Amino acid sequence: MADEKKPQEPRVGVYICHCGTNIAGSIDIKELQDYARTIADVVVSDEYQYVCSTPGQTMIEEAIKEHKLTGLVVAACSPRLHEPTFRRASQEGGMNQFRFEMANIREQNSWVHMHDREGATEKAKDAVRMAVAKARLLEDLHPKSVPVEHAAMVVGAGVGGIQAALDLASSGIKTYLVEKSPTIGGRMSQLDKTFPTLDCSQCILTPKMVDVLRHPNIELMSYTEVESVEGYIGNFDVTLRKKANGVLTMEQAEARGIVGGGCNGCGDCEPVCPVIKPNPFELGMAPRKAIYIYHPQVVPLLYTIDFDSCVKCGLCEEVCGDKKAIDLEMQDELVTVKVGTAILAVGYEVFPIEKKTEWGYKRYDNVVSSLEFERLICASGPTGGKMIRPSDGEVPKKIGFVLCAGSRDNTGIGKPYCSRFCCMYSLKHAHQLYEKIPGAQSYIFYMDIRSFGKMYEEFYYRIQDEGAKFIRGRVAKIEEDPITKNLYVTTEDTLLGQPVNIELDMVVLASAVVPTEETNSVRKLFGVSQSMDGWLLEAHPKLNPCGTTTAGVFLAGVCQGPKDIPDTVAQAEGAAAAASIPIHVGEVELEPYFAMCIEEKCAGCGMCLDLCPYAALDLGKSEDGRTVMKVTEAKCKGCGTCGGFCPGGAIWMQHFTTPQIVAQIDAFLLGGEQ
Amino acid sequence: MSDEWKPKILGIICNWCSYAGADLAGSARTQYPPGIRTVRVMCTGRVDTLFIMKAFASGADGVLVSGCHFGDCHYLEGNYKAAKRMFLMKSVLKNMGIEDKRFRMTFVSASEGAKWAKVVEDVVNTVTELGPSPLKELEQ
Repeated sequence: MADEKKPQEPRVGVYICHCGTNIAGSIDIKELQDYARTIADVVVSDEYQYVCSTPGQTMIEEAIKEHKLTGLVVAACSPRLHEPTFRRASQEGGMNQFRFEMANIREQNSWVHMHDREGATEKAKDAVRMAVAKARLLEDLHPKSVPVEHAAMVVGAGVGGIQAALDLASSGIKTYLVEKSPTIGGRMSQLDKTFPTLDCSQCILTPKMVDVLRHPNIELMSYTEVESVEGYIGNFDVTLRKKANGVLTMEQAEARGIVGGGCNGCGDCEPVCPVIKPNPFELGMAPRKAIYIYHPQVVPLLYTIDFDSCVKCGLCEEVCGDKKAIDLEMQDELVTVKVGTAILAVGYEVFPIEKKTEWGYKRYDNVVSSLEFERLICASGPTGGKMIRPSDGEVPKKIGFVLCAGSRDNTGIGKPYCSRFCCMYSLKHAHQLYEKIPGAQSYIFYMDIRSFGKMYEEFYYRIQDEGAKFIRGRVAKIEEDPITKNLYVTTEDTLLGQPVNIELDMVVLASAVVPTEETNSVRKLFGVSQSMDGWLLEAHPKLNPCGTTTAGVFLAGVCQGPKDIPDTVAQAEGAAAAASIPIHVGEVELEPYFAMCIEEKCAGCGMCLDLCPYAALDLGKSEDGRTVMKVTEAKCKGCGTCGGFCPGGAIWMQHFTTPQIVAQIDAFLLGGEQ
Repeated sequence: MSDEWKPKILGIICNWCSYAGADLAGSARTQYPPGIRTVRVMCTGRVDTLFIMKAFASGADGVLVSGCHFGDCHYLEGNYKAAKRMFLMKSVLKNMGIEDKRFRMTFVSASEGAKWAKVVEDVVNTVTELGPSPLKELEQ
């Protein structure tokens, strides 16, 4: 116990980082260093250009040995950036790593008070004094090692999730691939072709989908949602809701003793089903039955009953015959799996462009979204690949493409960000139009063309050469001729400075992308933050783009922010590599910020028990037979909610103890005297 | 200029949301007045009302506690529990003769650097308007 330790005379070293001019430009380093020397128990104070550099760290390591330091303060950037660096250096210098404390004089000082040198220097002095006050009281702590479950989970089976699952599984890790839809493939499976190579989307994706199904280390859980998540890195218990699909797989049928039964995807059930619903895979442009598959290439090839619309007439059951694959009474099933790490790849949704009323989407038949265009031009789409316009089935000759439809929009209706892949797919659409309809003319209304990727700019030139007309200007309004259903597009050609009014047969809106509805619930279950726009927040935008602030949870694909297929796949591979590291290492160290009970002070009132969100606390007997609080360290995550309320001050929150925090407060407010 | 009275404001902020938000304000070089000194805790649930009383007793002119938005707590519900305590704190301060405006709890997420800057500016302005803490006058 902490207070049993023999108190050591505190000897603190203070190291101040210039960070080039990042800190030194706004804070008087010399003054700060001189000041640090005057603080009680500071035995050495030095400064350096970049303390995080190798010479900087060596300087610290040597000082710890030379001055027999019991505490170390580095005044530099945020502990969220370099705390691990200096902890390592502390350890190398022979001091316990938890005796290190950082004073954040960059992110929360020099950078936010760039033009107030006096104010920033005074604030830095206080920050250093507060850090020393804490460092004087820091204790040796020892991180706890916990074993890591040799399994991972990927949530979302679009191309990102598929890639991540294949990589994890191929490195020998048991991988649960969880998908809310009955089939995998995500948005990419809805696309006709991909830019700039013009590969057929399904042709390159389907083999990967089949690989997922066949991989011995992947357990594909389609039509399944995450219900709850418990635990921490290495030991997540994830409860999944396997939604009732009303259809037995061959394995399920066998388990029920139905010999040779189960769904083999024959499709006999579909024609007899009397219920007709719009098919969401075809964006409502084609019908599906209550028992359905979205399209012929679905993986797994297994029919699904939509119980919301099923009338339970039993016709499908009848026609299924001896296979007995249909169970109209099937219920949702909850299963819990244990995984070491998880990757979220929950994708995106299309912005509801009808909100931009000036373009008439959903009011005018011939204004469609880009995703609808993909389905209309796709050989396996609702029109069998025949490009027709919705109002009359005629082949459109003049088509307009409106870029930034809801993106880069600061009106408050759309989204301020760039959706990143709309320029490129709109160029691709123009090309597809020429391929399908000889003599067709496309007009691309753009603000900028952002063709930033490998072979992208070249693709842009190609489309220009093919004859697409580019008009720079945001479309002000679209009006419909009520008789012909043709569209009048009004804009300004900002390069010519002239108004433009063109009559077109059809308009395609390159809609912005937004997080899916489920993104918010999934991120809360896994404890991941979101950015201003609702995308999942990476741990660091530059240095940790696949990680999150929740240890063991990683991100892949558009759920982290708009990106195209190559970027999604690349990030998925990165996330898979990152998620596999703790699993292959086999154990992780947890920060030892556990609550401890000072039994002499504990009255056994039990108020802390209800405060603990992790059920880590219990009442038990002390050695002298009194009722006292007991902590289960494996369950405690160190939030300190119990310690914040203990009426007897009996809870010792390691590394954030009451004496340490009070010392910081007093160091700030009472100056040097304590 | 240094003779001019400047408020002493203590901020106690959680590691996962508000501290990260305050860091983001820095990375984005959003400027705000240097009137606040922060103590980092893992969760606002850790904030004992004692810390706030101690701060005022030691001469703080204002205290800000800032954590994650409701529903976003890294520890599930620490911020709810903190918020409950903070409501209590406000009435205690009032009864002690300390204007309750001197104490605030806010919710700033890791992506709200600009909000952090605005919160600090607001708090500094509010406390500056109120003047030195009444406890200081009592001492003298």
